[in-house]
Amino acid sequence: MVNAIEVSGLRKHFGPTKALDGLDLTVRSGEVHAFLGPNGAGKTTTIRVLLGLLRKDGGDVTLLGGDPWRDATTLHRRLSYVPGDVTLWPGLTGGEIIDLLARLRGDGGDAKRRQELIERFDLDPSKKARAYSKGNRQKVALVAALASDAELLVLDEPTAGLDPLMEATFRELIAAERQAGRTVLLSSHILAEAEALADRVTIIRAGRTVETGTLAEMRHLTRTTVDADLDAPVVLDGLPGVHDAVVDGTRLRCEVDNAALNAVLTRLTSAGVRTLTCRPPTLEELFLRQYSERAGLAQQP
Amino acid sequence: MTRSLTNAPALVKLALRRDRIMLPAWVYVVLIGVSVNAYSFSKLYKTPSSQAALVASAQSNPALLFLYGRINGISVGALTAWRFGVWGALFAAMMTIFIVIRHTRADEEAGRLELIGSARVGRQAPLVAALLTSALACVTVTLLLCAVLPLIGLPATGSAALALAIGTTGLAFTGVSAVAAQLTSGARAARGLVFCVLGLAFMARAVGDASGATGPSWLTWVLPLGWTEVLRPFAGERWWVLALPLTVFAAGTWLAFVLSARRDHGAGLLPDRPGRPGASAALRGPQSLAWRLQWTSLAGWTAGFALLFAVCGAAAQGIGSLVGTSSALEKEFTRLGGQTAIVNAYLAALMLLAGLFAAAFAVSAVLRLRAEETESRADPVLSGSVGRVRWGFSHVVIAVAGTAALLAVAGIATGLGYGLRAPQSVTVGGEVARMFGAGMAELPAALVIAAIAAAAFGVLPDACVGIGWGVLGLAVLVNLFGQTLQLSHWLLDISPFTHVPRLPGGTVSAQPLVWLSVIAVAFGAAGLAGLRRRDIA
Repeated sequence: MVNAIEVSGLRKHFGPTKALDGLDLTVRSGEVHAFLGPNGAGKTTTIRVLLGLLRKDGGDVTLLGGDPWRDATTLHRRLSYVPGDVTLWPGLTGGEIIDLLARLRGDGGDAKRRQELIERFDLDPSKKARAYSKGNRQKVALVAALASDAELLVLDEPTAGLDPLMEATFRELIAAERQAGRTVLLSSHILAEAEALADRVTIIRAGRTVETGTLAEMRHLTRTTVDADLDAPVVLDGLPGVHDAVVDGTRLRCEVDNAALNAVLTRLTSAGVRTLTCRPPTLEELFLRQYSERAGLAQQP
Repeated sequence: MTRSLTNAPALVKLALRRDRIMLPAWVYVVLIGVSVNAYSFSKLYKTPSSQAALVASAQSNPALLFLYGRINGISVGALTAWRFGVWGALFAAMMTIFIVIRHTRADEEAGRLELIGSARVGRQAPLVAALLTSALACVTVTLLLCAVLPLIGLPATGSAALALAIGTTGLAFTGVSAVAAQLTSGARAARGLVFCVLGLAFMARAVGDASGATGPSWLTWVLPLGWTEVLRPFAGERWWVLALPLTVFAAGTWLAFVLSARRDHGAGLLPDRPGRPGASAALRGPQSLAWRLQWTSLAGWTAGFALLFAVCGAAAQGIGSLVGTSSALEKEFTRLGGQTAIVNAYLAALMLLAGLFAAAFAVSAVLRLRAEETESRADPVLSGSVGRVRWGFSHVVIAVAGTAALLAVAGIATGLGYGLRAPQSVTVGGEVARMFGAGMAELPAALVIAAIAAAAFGVLPDACVGIGWGVLGLAVLVNLFGQTLQLSHWLLDISPFTHVPRLPGGTVSAQPLVWLSVIAVAFGAAGLAGLRRRDIA
């Protein structure tokens, strides 16, 4: 199967600032691909190059088999885009903007689907855009994108302004899109979102690709951080899947592979748990760990 | 009350920091405009007889009275006040409009005031800060003029009167802008509203000044810009006139506070009504979107043009009547070519003004592209199946068609106004046709200015707003003030409006119009070509 997006060695600078410095990204047709990175890593710049809004300084970029700069107009018929910070024309209503965006893409839009999405997102389409909150502006852009028949959806941090209920709705809708065989590029800085939705993940930092692969391949990235205060000290040595354990009397802090969570928690409860927090690591923690691991590897030999 | 003003000084500092380039630039423009005029008058018209000759030729030329105001006396000071009093006040007023709206409604619309309002900042503090910043700019202009004009050799009393006349006009429009910022929910509309008032003020005094002894000269007294003339700087100052703009300032400030205390954050006085839940069939592409975004502004301009030029056209009729007071005037009158020639000169000056105003619309319509780009509203259009050239062209079409429509309206309205009141020797239809032609002759020149803005948008996007308005400002300077300043021909020739035949009355020649059109098309094409190649912000 042909890849929907192929980027290799992409470089882009703004004056002296290097925004992208040899970035690689491959999105296969029909998959949901999460594009992760901390703020300022270059996610939006990459997407703007893919949309033909920015001109690349180096590297190869192929979008839906074409050149995103040269063939922008024809390629855009086949994709829909939701920007990270949605700004709309203040004097137009949400409904007008949804229809306008569909017409600018070159299809009339599916009226039934449009109505269904507006109801699911609980959006009032007759309000002027200036009266919308950030979340509602986001919904306008999402309805426009999801109602289209585009084969590729490019979503730049699409859940940034949505409440948890709407985020759940969004996840359901994206899951359905995957079933229907649409390709989705989903940029985010929330690992949990990628875990819930994505087939494959690309992680970037400072304009470069750090990791790419399926989630199973990246299992080592999805550890859980455990903080516990116990009745008695506990020894975790010998348990597989436990990393960076720090024991300070009855206090314990460690990182646990998800597969080993059950065994660790059994050990903890047998010692008696006073307080316990488990949370997935933030992206920053992942990067920090990865860098320290690399530094450690470099020193060992 | 004091609690609602908490932290206003910090907001003033913020405003000054944000305007650190724009504010000095405005102050500089007003200061330089007035003092350069004063300086060159003192150099060019040294002897009383040369001053009297200038006064005589100006008194008998209603076109000049219309553009600059009435002449109150024969001295370098009075001539300076005549030539740049009204215009200095006009620039000061524009400065305050931009300052006040920028720090009130524009910030509110962009959501910045919400962030500020959530901090320990009083409810009315942003409004107070905007008013203080604007007042500070007016005071600075006044003080600098008070200091500079005597250095050129003008009497101190008159200098103070002229400086105060300009400064207080700024204050009056500070008050008007503060009220407008409460009325509309969009900054663009608020600015438009105040510019309507400003245009009305200019026209009221222009008609009042040019219509002669028998005409409605009381019009000069009605609105702020005329007050700079009736204050009579350098010619027996009427100091009490200063109370008029100060009253407007006080009343506007009070009203703005009352309105602002009553409304919700982000809301105008009129609530937003729900609109269509879906787009009509007409809204289907970039061209209809550009039209949708710009038609309200064009409609406002058109209404303003129709009213303005109808009234000014009607005023042309009274023009012969101001002659006859002195033999010097009489002689000058005949030298200029008698009544017909003088009426023609007046109508031609009107059309020049129409051309400059229409160019202002054209520049704003073209620069809408830049606003759309920087506010990220170009992205949704360009990520649709829309090429850049098509998007850029959509707003250029509005600029071109709108400018043509405005000039047509100016010509037709002037023709109607003049024709309906003119003696039997002229027909209304004939006048309308003649003035329509005269108005359309300004189109290529106005479009050259807009095309330069478009070229800058394509090639130097970061500087395009400054370039667009700067070029227009240069044309205003050259065509309204160049001749009395005896600028070199080389400098006068820079402005495209210098090359437009003076109609009616002048000789029609198609050649310059063709050349101007070619230049406009070349600049426009360069802009669109540049847009194709560059990054979108």
